[in-house]
Amino acid sequence: MRGAHWCVVGVLLGATWASFAYLALDLSQLASAAALRQMGLYVVSFFPPDLSREFVARIGVSTLETLAISATSTALAAVLGLLLALPAAGRFGPLARTAARLLLNFLRSIPELVWAALMVIAAGLGPFAGTLALTWHTAGVIGRLFAETLENAPAEPARALQLTGSGPSPAFLYGTMPNVVPQLVAYSLYRWEINIRMAAILGVVGAGGLGQMLYVSLSLFQQPQALTIIIAMLLLVVLVDGASAWLRRRLAG
Amino acid sequence: MRLRDPAALPRAGLTLLFLLLLVPAFNLTEFNPALLFEQRSRETMGKFIASFFPPALSPEFLALVMRSTLETLAIATAGMAIALVIACPLCLIVARNLSISRIGPGPGYLAGRIIRLPARFLLVFFRSIPEIVWALLFVRAVGLGPAAGVLAIGVAYSGMLGKVYSEILESNDPRPAAALFETGGGRIQAFFYGTWPVALPELVSYSVYRWECAVRASVIMGFVGAGGLGQQMELSMRMLNGGEVSTILIVFLLLVMLADGVSAVLRRVTA
Repeated sequence: MRGAHWCVVGVLLGATWASFAYLALDLSQLASAAALRQMGLYVVSFFPPDLSREFVARIGVSTLETLAISATSTALAAVLGLLLALPAAGRFGPLARTAARLLLNFLRSIPELVWAALMVIAAGLGPFAGTLALTWHTAGVIGRLFAETLENAPAEPARALQLTGSGPSPAFLYGTMPNVVPQLVAYSLYRWEINIRMAAILGVVGAGGLGQMLYVSLSLFQQPQALTIIIAMLLLVVLVDGASAWLRRRLAG
Repeated sequence: MRLRDPAALPRAGLTLLFLLLLVPAFNLTEFNPALLFEQRSRETMGKFIASFFPPALSPEFLALVMRSTLETLAIATAGMAIALVIACPLCLIVARNLSISRIGPGPGYLAGRIIRLPARFLLVFFRSIPEIVWALLFVRAVGLGPAAGVLAIGVAYSGMLGKVYSEILESNDPRPAAALFETGGGRIQAFFYGTWPVALPELVSYSVYRWECAVRASVIMGFVGAGGLGQQMELSMRMLNGGEVSTILIVFLLLVMLADGVSAVLRRVTA
């Protein structure tokens, strides 16, 4: 450890102390016997999970809704992203390129949950708001990835077509697209996987799916039902992880 | 007309099939863009968006935003501190190259195997519940405010940190630690003299990256009432005060950029 290291350690310790002081967090109070007992009671109130048939059926519907939100928003975002990626890859001049990149950065830098809160105002509570929110954010991410793919695509096939007399659009569709489509599909599937996870929790601001159910049941102090929903969320994530790993292995091998 | 592109038909068929599959999804999500252009929602949203400009810049509001920003940073830092306190012992228990019993059957062989299982389970449990769900739960348990955010980050991030730390420790050269074990060293010695010096830069850079994520997460968690900038944004949105929302959004973007810069500097200094 050199002097600079000790300096950094000192600053970090100072920052941590300052944070606890600023928040006026009293850890001894949070960990006091009374607080711990209350926390324990709260945890116990979650058990056993509500596994009644009609509730599980409702969870099934919500899970489908979550999947639908993620699929729809990813598909829309892929279309929107491709439309924005063309100018962002510099195909319509430098001015359009800058404007498209700015728009993509804007869409991307606002987190999904903030978009969701905004869309709940615009479209009302429910899955439609969640779909729109995920679409905006994902379009920003996907558009940028698509633009980079287009920029890195080999230029020769399209140029060869143009030199033999085809117009710019057919040259793009038959010279560039076949080279980049697998990459675009891979990116879209990857974002879909992320969006499933996101769609499951977006509902906490009222944007439909499992998250909204969780929020409602926690607000109504129905802890056993909340636990069932959390279990459903975990199962969904585990299944998606497994499916994507399996698919990746199959496609790679 | 004769088709000039032999792949056109299958491609069109595939696209059609894909679209057909999406139809039930569109139904389930109650997809209805007309809703956005209804008289009432157009008026509300139009007024809301129009009020985004100019951003609210009154001194009192800026002071409030400043306080919330500091609170967000404090939540992220304090949460990371708690996460580190939980993650460090767990990652030492879980890391396979720090296990004495792995060298061969000895006195602690069974105990080691038994104790590693719950530690591993705890890490999986902590990280597989999303941080915003932890925040929701803690808001119900300890009340509205930054304490819930700190605990949520502490718990959710300890799971991720513990897993990645143990992976970093395992991915480095295991021989120094093994040599120390074989000559009679303990876990702590093996860690400080065998693995720590090699793994330090990677551990630091991952922790700094996670702190950056914690800043972003603590803003988000504010939306469910866990304090900081997010809670302020939620309040302003609920009152449809666009000027305040746009100020907070700008501050949020600046904060993310700042966290990015700080983390880059920290990584350079410690590398």
